[in-house]
Amino acid sequence: MGYERQADFGTPASDATATVTALIDGRPVTVPVGTTVMRAAAEIGTAIPKLCATDSLKSFGSCRLCLVEVEGRRGTPASCTTPVEEGMVVHTQTPALQKLRKGVMELYISDHPLDCLTCAANGDCELQDQAGAVGLREVRYDLQGANHLGQAKDLSNPYFDFDPSKCIACSRCVRACDEVQGTFALTIEGRGFASKVSAGTASDDFLSSDCVSCGACVQACPTATLQERKVVEIGTPERAVVTTCAYCGVGCTFRAEMRGEQLVRMVPWKDGKANRGHSCVKGRFAWGYAQHQERILKPMIRASIDQPWREVSWDEAFAYSASEIRRIQAKYGQRSVGGITSSRCTNEETFLVQKLIRAGFGNNNVDTCARVCHSPTGYGLKTTFGTSAGTQDFDSVEAADVILVIGANPTDAHPVFASRMKRRLRQGAKLIVIDPRRIDLVRTPHIEAAHHLPLRPGTNVAVLTAMAHVIVTEGLVDAAFVRERCDPQEFQDWADFVGLARNSPEALAPLTTVDAQELRAAARLYATGGNGAIYYGLGVTEHSQGSSTVMAIANLAMATGNIGRPGVGVNPLRGQNNVQGACDMGSFPHELSGYRHISDGDTRALFEADWGVALDSEPGLRIPNMLDAAVDGSFKALYVQGEDILQSDPNTKHVAAGLAAMECVIVQDLFLNETANYAHIFLPGSTFLEKDGTFTNAERRIQPVRKVMTPLNGLADWEVTQGLGNALGLDWSYTHPSEIMDEVARLTPSFAGVSFERLDELGSIQWPANAANPEGTPVMHVDGFVRGKGKFVVTDYVPTDEKTGPRFPLLLTTGRILSHYNVGAQTRRTENVAWHPEDRLELHPVDAEDRGLKDGDWVKLASRSGETTLRVLVTDRVAPGIVYTTFHHPSTQANVVTTDYSDWATNCPEYKVTAVQVSASNGPTDWQADYEAQAAESRRIARLEAAE
Amino acid sequence: MTGQERLTYMANQIARNFATLDDAVAARAVADHLLKYWDPRMKAGILAHREGLLPVAAAAVAMLGEGVRTVEPRST
Repeated sequence: MGYERQADFGTPASDATATVTALIDGRPVTVPVGTTVMRAAAEIGTAIPKLCATDSLKSFGSCRLCLVEVEGRRGTPASCTTPVEEGMVVHTQTPALQKLRKGVMELYISDHPLDCLTCAANGDCELQDQAGAVGLREVRYDLQGANHLGQAKDLSNPYFDFDPSKCIACSRCVRACDEVQGTFALTIEGRGFASKVSAGTASDDFLSSDCVSCGACVQACPTATLQERKVVEIGTPERAVVTTCAYCGVGCTFRAEMRGEQLVRMVPWKDGKANRGHSCVKGRFAWGYAQHQERILKPMIRASIDQPWREVSWDEAFAYSASEIRRIQAKYGQRSVGGITSSRCTNEETFLVQKLIRAGFGNNNVDTCARVCHSPTGYGLKTTFGTSAGTQDFDSVEAADVILVIGANPTDAHPVFASRMKRRLRQGAKLIVIDPRRIDLVRTPHIEAAHHLPLRPGTNVAVLTAMAHVIVTEGLVDAAFVRERCDPQEFQDWADFVGLARNSPEALAPLTTVDAQELRAAARLYATGGNGAIYYGLGVTEHSQGSSTVMAIANLAMATGNIGRPGVGVNPLRGQNNVQGACDMGSFPHELSGYRHISDGDTRALFEADWGVALDSEPGLRIPNMLDAAVDGSFKALYVQGEDILQSDPNTKHVAAGLAAMECVIVQDLFLNETANYAHIFLPGSTFLEKDGTFTNAERRIQPVRKVMTPLNGLADWEVTQGLGNALGLDWSYTHPSEIMDEVARLTPSFAGVSFERLDELGSIQWPANAANPEGTPVMHVDGFVRGKGKFVVTDYVPTDEKTGPRFPLLLTTGRILSHYNVGAQTRRTENVAWHPEDRLELHPVDAEDRGLKDGDWVKLASRSGETTLRVLVTDRVAPGIVYTTFHHPSTQANVVTTDYSDWATNCPEYKVTAVQVSASNGPTDWQADYEAQAAESRRIARLEAAE
Repeated sequence: MTGQERLTYMANQIARNFATLDDAVAARAVADHLLKYWDPRMKAGILAHREGLLPVAAAAVAMLGEGVRTVEPRST
């Protein structure tokens, strides 16, 4: 595909169903009621000149360039604000209009630098295009008068420049920040000639403002006023390829805009069904890690972890890996080895890794990082609804009347979806937030939660049970829905349980610390406020009762009839880009792709016939079980693709002990990550820009990932796994990832209708996609639950065993921040460190004063697992007794503090509840110092001497 | 926590989350869970060291020892 700008119809599409017909320049056009003349003209290929209009923003009508003539009307209305009416006759080009437009454009250009040849936007500038379109050939006004030229550029943002001298004050940037992103960071300051775009801070620079660097303003700017710095450095792109972002589970689609094999910029794709043309700072800008100098590009091996790495050929690496796996299995048994698939890799790569383990290693010791995030979602929703996935598409939020956010911080962790949610909230939907912290969503421009329930960490089940108590005892159950769709006895058992006096908000308030009346009001709102949609994240799952909480959420949705149509549902906000896909592909040790248990003989036979091997019928080890078994001596080798368990998994010392006890650790990654400190074989990985495949996002949407550049390491990740498989004697011969997806489709009923050809045709597909749903399934459980009758599950509150006490009186909860992603392996290698150079510990002012601490002080954070040091951020965002930090920086290693308690059903770690103490510190802990030294020692690479 | 202690803890934790069920039903549910989600060495480990188990967990483990196979395949 060559380079073409994305189509711009000038104003948003109307969603009306009734239509009107008009005549534009003699051509009939039929459009939905509410469509503007500008858009109607664009739809028949007539581009009315415009500057302040773009179809991602509401009509504004300020530039006066899009004037038209309408027969029977006086004057020259702006086509961007004039709706089409039945029988309307429009002329878009007349001598009078031409003269008017030329005059307007002349005024714009009279105060614009005439440096087009050296301007970064040369050839990609709407102002330049429109000057040509209106036939401007001369400017009669010189630059001697007052003008805006020569104003200082704002270069504070690491990714884009702001050059006010090129600004035409069209307000597109301001409106994009308001309408698309919802941050309201920008404004037009001053009046008339003094009007200027302002970031609203004293220093008036973008970096210190509320700007979240989503890029919406840059995308909206019709000139080079807001310009990506990469375009300034490299030049304009010459081709564009649509692909899918490799950061979070929202799954934004982007145009990778290229010059040769050099990525110039990532621009959100307007037709992307997950992001609808929006982006965040990570996907839009933070891709520099892909070519970072610290990427490892050659395979390496070493006999023991105290030795330096030695670079070897791919063949030697594969042969050595296979010989080690076989040696260990011969010595310790077939089940002594295993592997971890990556939620960062494609569906095809993930499928291949689990196939390698089941067919090549001959056991089911395969797990994935969903273990430590959303495995309770899989368990909980499978149990209650019959499918291990969320029920809705993202578009569904536009029909929600009440949005309940529990244990999620969308503006930081799922920012593009958060923008869509915020837009709906600004339209009037009501918001309930259940979170120990006062997350941004609780009060943000033009949005205020109707109810914020700041519960004590670890009491999710108690709060949800109390809400259920209100719904049942106050007669708010949707009896018709329950009668028709759910198992009646199970409902009655549940209703009897939640209706007990001990489950009332008042009875549970001492445990939850949530005001009973506020909780009652929230429950009533959710049950009676119209379409109620629940969105949740890791604040739900990463608890000792994570699975119970998911089931408690499902119970609430069923009891109130909030399932099976747009605007409602149970919506897990998945963490990594392909965590849904990794789970779908059979990455869990107890099930094959499509969530079919390994003990199911018929399913196993299907795979055995296709793969030509016998499969083990027993479940394998989960990640924490693997580490326990390693410490105990029965698990000796691990193949880890694209996952850094040493930094991301809880109780770092235990993870390190497990890894150290293994005889062979194979790490496949872009960088020598923390886990690689304990590795014996390193297989260099490839980025999402270097391979073909698919990712599946949080709404079950399977989307294409397309190769835009040659892998720097020489092989895509699926090719590396294939090399390893063949070294183990598997005789694989895939020539393209599409062949792997074809295999998935023939073995997995919910993927039966998925192929690369079909994805090219439709753009994306939400599973299940099969004969019954050939174009996929945006909303699930419409006519009935997948499992038949919806299952109410009694979820008794069982307190965590992690208790505060005199030694550890505070509760630590952890989370993410907007600018960084998980362990930070990618984002720490980008300019995003400008926003978050270190992990900080949030501490309430009262707790800070008790300890004599002030903002910015170094503190020791200690638990029974370990201790670390970091700087403190004093804030009342957290309640007294609660502290919070992120885990993006290995120098902090927040997980050295977290414990090995986990969810009862899935072993998902309890990251969100750790009893800690905070005290003043004057330097790193011994552990941090030792770790840093060991990491440096471990990352040595032996340099080969030059040949004589 | 040693590996063995962790197995005992996990089995008891599962049992505590089925505490609202009748003991016999709860034991069956715990046994189902162990069969569906525990690898053979974990099952062998808990069978070999049953001390410290809550009554429901102990009953579940006893079912494993008797060779109960209650996993019912589920599909999406």
